[in-house]
Amino acid sequence: MSFQTQSAGEEYDVIIVGSGAGGGMASKILSEAGLTVAVVEAGADFDPAKEEDRTQLRNPWESPRRGGGTQIRPFGDFDAAIGGWDMEGEPYTRGNGTKFDWFRSRMVGGRTNHWGRISLRFGPNDFKRKSIDGLGHDWPIGYDDVKPYYDKVDKLIGVFGSKEGIYNEPDGLFLPPPKPRLHELFMIKGAKGTNLPIIPSRLSILTRPINNDRGVCFFCKQCNRGCQAYADFSAGTCLVHPAMKKGKVDLYTHAMVRKVTTNDAGKATGVSYVNKLDMKEYKLKSRVVVLGASACESARIMMNSKSKSHPNGLGNHSGMLGRYLHDSTGADRMGIIPDLVNRERYNEDGVGGMHVYTPWWLDNKKLDFARGYHIEYWGGMSMPSYGFGFAMDTMRKYVKDEFGNPSPNGGYGAGLKKDIRSFYGTTVGMSGRGESIPQYSNYCEIDPNVVDKFGIPVLRFHYQWTEHEINQAKHMQDTFEEILTNAGAILMGTKPGPETMYGLATPGRIIHEVGTTRMGNDPATSVLNSNCQAWDCDNLFVVDAGPFVSQADKNPTWTILALSWRTSDFIISELKKKNI
Amino acid sequence: MNRRENLKLLFTGTIGSGFLLTACNPEDKKLEYSPKIGGGTVGGRIPDEDLRDQKLLSETFFTDEERKKLDVLVDIIIPKDDISGSATEVGVPDFIEFMVKDQPSYQTPMRGGLMWLDHFSEDHYGKLFMALSENERMQVIDAIAWPEKAKPEVDTGVRFFNMMRNLTATGFFTTEVGFKDLGYIGNRANVWDGVPEEVMKKHGLQYEEKYLSVYLKPEDRGEIAQWDEQGNLI
Repeated sequence: MSFQTQSAGEEYDVIIVGSGAGGGMASKILSEAGLTVAVVEAGADFDPAKEEDRTQLRNPWESPRRGGGTQIRPFGDFDAAIGGWDMEGEPYTRGNGTKFDWFRSRMVGGRTNHWGRISLRFGPNDFKRKSIDGLGHDWPIGYDDVKPYYDKVDKLIGVFGSKEGIYNEPDGLFLPPPKPRLHELFMIKGAKGTNLPIIPSRLSILTRPINNDRGVCFFCKQCNRGCQAYADFSAGTCLVHPAMKKGKVDLYTHAMVRKVTTNDAGKATGVSYVNKLDMKEYKLKSRVVVLGASACESARIMMNSKSKSHPNGLGNHSGMLGRYLHDSTGADRMGIIPDLVNRERYNEDGVGGMHVYTPWWLDNKKLDFARGYHIEYWGGMSMPSYGFGFAMDTMRKYVKDEFGNPSPNGGYGAGLKKDIRSFYGTTVGMSGRGESIPQYSNYCEIDPNVVDKFGIPVLRFHYQWTEHEINQAKHMQDTFEEILTNAGAILMGTKPGPETMYGLATPGRIIHEVGTTRMGNDPATSVLNSNCQAWDCDNLFVVDAGPFVSQADKNPTWTILALSWRTSDFIISELKKKNI
Repeated sequence: MNRRENLKLLFTGTIGSGFLLTACNPEDKKLEYSPKIGGGTVGGRIPDEDLRDQKLLSETFFTDEERKKLDVLVDIIIPKDDISGSATEVGVPDFIEFMVKDQPSYQTPMRGGLMWLDHFSEDHYGKLFMALSENERMQVIDAIAWPEKAKPEVDTGVRFFNMMRNLTATGFFTTEVGFKDLGYIGNRANVWDGVPEEVMKKHGLQYEEKYLSVYLKPEDRGEIAQWDEQGNLI
């Protein structure tokens, strides 16, 4: 394998590393301003409308594993995202006692190709948590700074929902939401008499068109496979490809960025990347570098960008790079609704996600944990795929005959076949996704002993949950039990207790990891200023979830998009003023 | 063609993906020129996935003897009834053959479990499982098919049969025949307009009045959305 450095020769105005939500938005806004842009992506191009890329509307028998997961598609054989928690030749390590799993997607659009499309705005409180509970830190910006961008994102990309007037769950410019499914009506019934709200969900799926370039949802429930009608948001279909069509955007695929190059004055001059096809190193030059490689990958690139002018890596003058890494909390519970045994059949696929959800509804002052969580609901007559019909050795007893006698667990034959039929579509579940407290002691760093197959030093993670997250998971479990029981469901399995931290998911498993390059007002305690500009390198910006000071109990994507747009506007204005 | 156009062509266009197929290791090339075994996953595959599927499909896990036992077991678990056919009729053994290669953690429990059936039959009837009479065979199955009634000494057999039940049920209901049997009628373009009225009535449920005007109206699906100054949908 030879190793040589080549250069494309020309200088771009901007190089953007990564083509997900953050990089995608930056590519669109910066190119529309007339700037020349290079988007550098570690994976292949992807377009779900191309027949060869299509997994949407495939039947399970078109997969020899019937849609079951694989190492590179842990969410199933037809899931659009290629990568996963465990990638061949791209390891990461963990410090002693740490559990942390890092999910990556290597493709144009990144993880936006398969996400749940849950598109929630952070509310006014979410930017000022320290002022409220004394923990963590406030953001240097507030809801009013981001609101105009949320509005623009709503219009550009589209999100359905309902206007509710909840202070910390700000309304947007919504498309009409779909009516709830049957099991969701059961959950709404279960919440009656409690103070738990269940309202229409807010997903970036087009129930009505927003322009002539994208189609509307045809209700196949498969947004995670990518939509051939572009009726859901993914960064490739809605941002990167349109930007390439309209502007001066070059897309470099299979390009694994190793570092940001800098000059003696400490300014970024471009990037150095390994082309995965010939395993050679190439260099690209630009006036501005924008990192949108994901919170941890961008931090890794910055740590690996050591130079005379940046001996600790870029953005690491204060030792804050990689610190305050945090993921959402997560816990789940499942039940079966006996009333749904032998239910009527009809097509209830709906959109690719829940039609209702629960925003955080309580006051933490009265609770033994500091931050809230939202609840997602699942169930219904979904398309059978690998795993369907499993566990009849424990669940068959929930099917009762006309005299009310339960079936025996396990078994075989015509009786088993009949009970699987009866059981179909009877299970429901609740998932809590909550806010954790960012900790200085939860971080990623370069492992000095390990490189990936491209020769790039890898990340080592250090992460522990605190009492706040554990107590929050306990509260989730109590809530799930109450609501599922009220809804007429029988709870499955045993209630997770302290021995499992109440079912609290391993950090990284909810795939909302943020905070590694956080923004702030003080260069001593942050990596970026409030415009996501590196304190120690004024032509370097970060547009993924790395800049988040705190990850609210919302999904991060809508805020990544809004902040990336805001940062892009700042870059345009600074270039115009010749400040960078 | 200047360098930028050239690079763009190499890395983004169709030439880019063709390049990918021919420029990797020699194994990739072999794949390209040798006829493909049918049955790999269709759609959106990267070359590594295609290679892996083809490799798994070209290998055989079960011996002929094991395969005969497998055929018997899956049809005991999912037999033909008045609604649909049996597990072997829809190719469940082929599916299991693939799954044990795809998820190798199945292999030892599967091979060992099939052997265990013979040991158990030998110990109790002096014959191998396949040599048992219909009646004897079902006695063996009944000893391991009911987890809550099974004796502790057959735990191994119960675990094996649980695994067989899982794989057989999933293999059966994820076929076209299985979809029809279940009455699954989704996975197609349609318009969701809520739960059928009579179904809601049966369960004593209804939509909340306050949201009726908010929910999507199917007839609006063709109209481009616009909002007023307050962010209300017009």
